[in-house]
Amino acid sequence: MSTVFIALQANEDTRPIIEAITADNPHAVVNQQPAMVKIDAEHSLVVRRQTIEELIGRDFDLQELQINLITLSGHVDETDDELTLHWNA
Amino acid sequence: MDMKATSGKKLGLKEKYRHMTRGLDWEPSYQKKEDIYPYMAYEGIKIHDWDKWEDPFRLTMDSYWKYQAEKERKLYAIIDAYAQNNGHLNVTDARYLNAIKLFLTGISPLEYMAHRGFAHAGRAFPGAGPRVACLMQSLDEIRHAQTQIHALSNYNKHYNGFHDFSHMLQRVWYLSVPRSFFDDAVTAGPFEFMVAIGFSFEYVLTNLLFVPFVSGAAYNGDMGTMTFGFSAQSDEARHMTLGLEIIKFILEQDPDNVPIVQRWIDKWTWRGYRVLTLVGMMMDYMLPKRIMSWKEAWEVYFEQNGGALFKDLARYGIRPPKWLDQIAFDKDHISHQAWATFYQYGAASDFHTWSPTDDELDWLSKKYPDSFDKYYRPRLEHWREQAKQGKRFYNTTLPQLCQVCQIPMIFTEPGDPTKTCYREVDYLGEKFHFCSDGCKEIFENEPEKFKQAWLPVNQIYQGNCFPDGTDPTVEDFEPLAKVLEYYHVNFGRDNLDFEGSEDQKNFAAWRGMATTNE
Ligand SMILES: [Fe+2]
Ligand SMILES: [Fe+2]
Repeated sequence: MSTVFIALQANEDTRPIIEAITADNPHAVVNQQPAMVKIDAEHSLVVRRQTIEELIGRDFDLQELQINLITLSGHVDETDDELTLHWNA
Repeated sequence: MDMKATSGKKLGLKEKYRHMTRGLDWEPSYQKKEDIYPYMAYEGIKIHDWDKWEDPFRLTMDSYWKYQAEKERKLYAIIDAYAQNNGHLNVTDARYLNAIKLFLTGISPLEYMAHRGFAHAGRAFPGAGPRVACLMQSLDEIRHAQTQIHALSNYNKHYNGFHDFSHMLQRVWYLSVPRSFFDDAVTAGPFEFMVAIGFSFEYVLTNLLFVPFVSGAAYNGDMGTMTFGFSAQSDEARHMTLGLEIIKFILEQDPDNVPIVQRWIDKWTWRGYRVLTLVGMMMDYMLPKRIMSWKEAWEVYFEQNGGALFKDLARYGIRPPKWLDQIAFDKDHISHQAWATFYQYGAASDFHTWSPTDDELDWLSKKYPDSFDKYYRPRLEHWREQAKQGKRFYNTTLPQLCQVCQIPMIFTEPGDPTKTCYREVDYLGEKFHFCSDGCKEIFENEPEKFKQAWLPVNQIYQGNCFPDGTDPTVEDFEPLAKVLEYYHVNFGRDNLDFEGSEDQKNFAAWRGMATTNE
């Protein structure tokens, strides 16, 4: 099966985001690398606004991810509530 | 017009995006579409419905400025602090600086060319969706060029070789490799440009440039490069998504598009792969503290990720790029072949090279168990021994260049690392030379374009790379000295071995001042 991934800078802004991603994607594997964190997941991965908001205690716009995003792979679909990455095959 | 929403309800992401991009587009009434978008037909790509374009990120210009401004504020705060605090003295070892000299001369100017290319492509497309996405990418790319130049100008205050990158880009022999790569892309039609840079470079290859290298900069204490690198990379997810969307869109529009796109994918994966040889060398030889080998990065970002991508694209009738067997074999070799070249031509470049330490040789042996000890380590050890005896090897014979990738003929036969790979084609009574089957086939598809290549070595021999007024017929004429003068490279200061260089002495002295009371 194909793997999708998302990589974020390792900083205080992304700590709760990474925590939320791990909570919402139990199949995801977190790789710590110098100054960055790469999260791999078989087939698909979802980033949920609500989970992040619960952890940071404020409103969060998923587009704020843009600031600390390093790279990703897979088809992207973004709504107000979720950002999804997936492969079709 | 009063646009204030009366319901008081905020627009959802999708609605806002629709209003702010496609909603602002209009159909022309008194000019023909072909006159407004003159580049849409000649490449043979057929588009029937531009509205089928998908916009995955749904970023509108107002949000774009907001987030980009935030990125810039963070970036410049860090760059200022780094400079103010003499952060350059915290890098692992001054040899490292040569990797970022290569970055400034070889990569930052490509960011600027990407800016021009996406501005042009965006203007050429009749669809509002790709036009807005290209506009944003064009702005991102000029930001990348500018932030890199700003961040690296700090090093120019202290170290040699950073002083004239834009002059060098047009002249220095190895810089014609990245330059001609991008010139090829921006002189193609808008669809080929999007497949070349948007898809093949951004989607398939850019991770190899930015992720391990920038993470490597962080590992080597270079907060400046880490910051501009990750700041540029934060735009990259959007670029990659644009690259993937454009491919899907073109392929879905008409089955006749498939073979055209396939040829472009083959061409541009090979072209991009050749350019990345420089990055392989930086990772394996120029980062004093290594993060991962070129081979490992290639496996993660090209083989695994690219594999998933091409499996996904198979449903459109697209197959993986050509020459993958050779590419897979060569991952054990190209970084070593490139370093050996720069080491030999250390008198003709604008940065320093050196003999790896024992510790570094051991790391390479471990990372490349099938190739390093057998083919490359003995040569490096021999050169190091010679250098110790005061006979540091400098090759003064200019190498033959490949007509397409413009890299010297340093690569080996597919499957045989002991034999130089060499191909040629006769075209219109002239002989053209190539480093590989890939470059040869690219030439055969577009001979009229590639026969015009400006090859630095050929130009030197033709006498076109000396300062104005040079007379090469005078007695004791020293061609290399004159070529370096033409390049604006200061002999003995910017080039030659790192051992004994001004950079080495200054860094040691300044670091000493920073860590003692002397
Ligand atoms: Fe860029
Ligand atoms: Fe070539």
